[in-house]
Amino acid sequence: MRGTALARFAANRAAVVAAGVLVTVTAAAVLAPWLAPHDPLAVDLMNTLAPPSAAHPLGTDHLGRDTLSRLLFGARVSLGIAVTSIGAALVLGVGLGLLAAWHRGLVDAAFVRVMDVLLAFPDLLLAIAVVTILGRSQASTIVAVVVFSLPTLARVTRAAALGAVAHDFVLAARAAGASSRWILARHVLPACLTPIVAQATVMLGSAILLASGLSFLGLGVQPPDPEWGAMLSRGRDMLRAAPLGAVAPGVAITIVALSFSIAGDGLRDALDPKG
Amino acid sequence: MAGAAGLLARSLAAAAGRTLPVLAGISLLVFLIVHAIPGDPAVIAAGLEAGPETVERIRRDLGLDRPLPVQFASFVTRALQGDLGISIRTGLPVAQEIADRLPFTLLLAAAGAVVATVTGLSAGLLAAVFRNRWVDHLVMSLTLVAVSTPSYWLALMLMLTFSLQLGLLPSIGIGTPAHFILPIATLGLQSAGLVGRMTRATLLDVLKEDYVRTARANGVPAARVLWRHALPNALVPITAVIGLRFGGLLAGTVLVESVFAIPGVGRMMVDAVLARDFPMVQGGVLVVASLYVVVNAVTDAMAGVLDPRVRA
Repeated sequence: MRGTALARFAANRAAVVAAGVLVTVTAAAVLAPWLAPHDPLAVDLMNTLAPPSAAHPLGTDHLGRDTLSRLLFGARVSLGIAVTSIGAALVLGVGLGLLAAWHRGLVDAAFVRVMDVLLAFPDLLLAIAVVTILGRSQASTIVAVVVFSLPTLARVTRAAALGAVAHDFVLAARAAGASSRWILARHVLPACLTPIVAQATVMLGSAILLASGLSFLGLGVQPPDPEWGAMLSRGRDMLRAAPLGAVAPGVAITIVALSFSIAGDGLRDALDPKG
Repeated sequence: MAGAAGLLARSLAAAAGRTLPVLAGISLLVFLIVHAIPGDPAVIAAGLEAGPETVERIRRDLGLDRPLPVQFASFVTRALQGDLGISIRTGLPVAQEIADRLPFTLLLAAAGAVVATVTGLSAGLLAAVFRNRWVDHLVMSLTLVAVSTPSYWLALMLMLTFSLQLGLLPSIGIGTPAHFILPIATLGLQSAGLVGRMTRATLLDVLKEDYVRTARANGVPAARVLWRHALPNALVPITAVIGLRFGGLLAGTVLVESVFAIPGVGRMMVDAVLARDFPMVQGGVLVVASLYVVVNAVTDAMAGVLDPRVRA
């Protein structure tokens, strides 16, 4: 079963390329301290907005910091935020979705109402509300992405779990006297994993886009930390003098967001060939 | 025709029934923003230098000394009367500040929706007609990239190309109509990706239907099958996507207005967060989120009327 899913994923050329890109970017993020030619925070005011050279392959920014080094360290920050927040949203969202599907009735009705309200906010507005409450920081960016992705993940879980709890094996487990928690963890959750994993992968891309958008506006990761969106926030002013500094982080965001979306779709197709 | 009008009215009433609880939830969340902030809202509103008397006066003025449910009731009542409080930073009514800026935001979002619809529909149509040929692959790749490109970066790249390199269009500000071309193009092109993908998928589904096959079998030319049979039926889900994208466009204005220095509601909200001007943030979020919900409800109702299966 697992072998065939893997074979189906391997046959999907775009998904394989996307997965390769993600592995490479993750490796670059992890290895940034060894790969980066310079300290990403080292200011060199004698050498600002420098064009690409052997010492600075992507040039320098308005403070003379090496763009390539900031891009590599930025991968850590951007991917770190995305993975942390989607991980937290998964734990909360899957828990809530399972509970709603299991208890039905009032719990489910309340769940649907609350998720409807959260989904009614355009993504950036919800993030702005969160940042207003918690202040501008990397931590509140993570909370904002959690609040944004939670309703979608919870909904996907609920929908899948509603189908799963109707299965005979759940009825049988109930009849055999298994506890709710046991049934949910051992029987219902494994049956829902496919859509949840696929959705979470796609949402990692949305998380990168939202977090970098917030940082671009100055509401997310604060200077001098290298984050891809934050690197672009001075981009407009540097556009004429150092276009590469404004091009590179945007290319990075687009490629990573694109790869998550392609890989997520490929994962869905590979795990669930019917859908 | 009277039947269609009645249907629209019924469809709108049903949409209102679904929408009102969501609007109530939105106002509750927006109301709670101020109370969720760590610290005393009166002190924050008064500023750090204010003396205790000022803080007490502001607490009374804002009604912060009353129980929460009472405060929420009065928040909603006043909002319905068009009173969104006073901006801490400018001292002007928030409703006035929003009314001054909303036209820019609406113009960007609406024009962006038009660009998205025209571009997306044409792209999706092309891809569906040339299915599995290079045109299809090219269009599909472009739409995928469009969906994953951050709007503010697309804005910067358009600015770099058309303002700085080619010198064809102004970069920032609102001086002339030409100033709005790049912001609208940014918003429109980004959403066109989603509309294009949806158009292609829906058209391909519709083209598999029996009535399309019947029309073809009866010798109806391919172009006519597409225009008269397939496209009208594909419009329902496409309308729904455009309605959904309008929310993305409204939120997208936050980023695009910031890049192009357009004084709309989006930019206002960002400035308000930076200045910790809570009433302004609350007003902006409330107005834009409500707009989004209402637009969605209306497109939902319209999609219902457009759907021949509902109409029959």
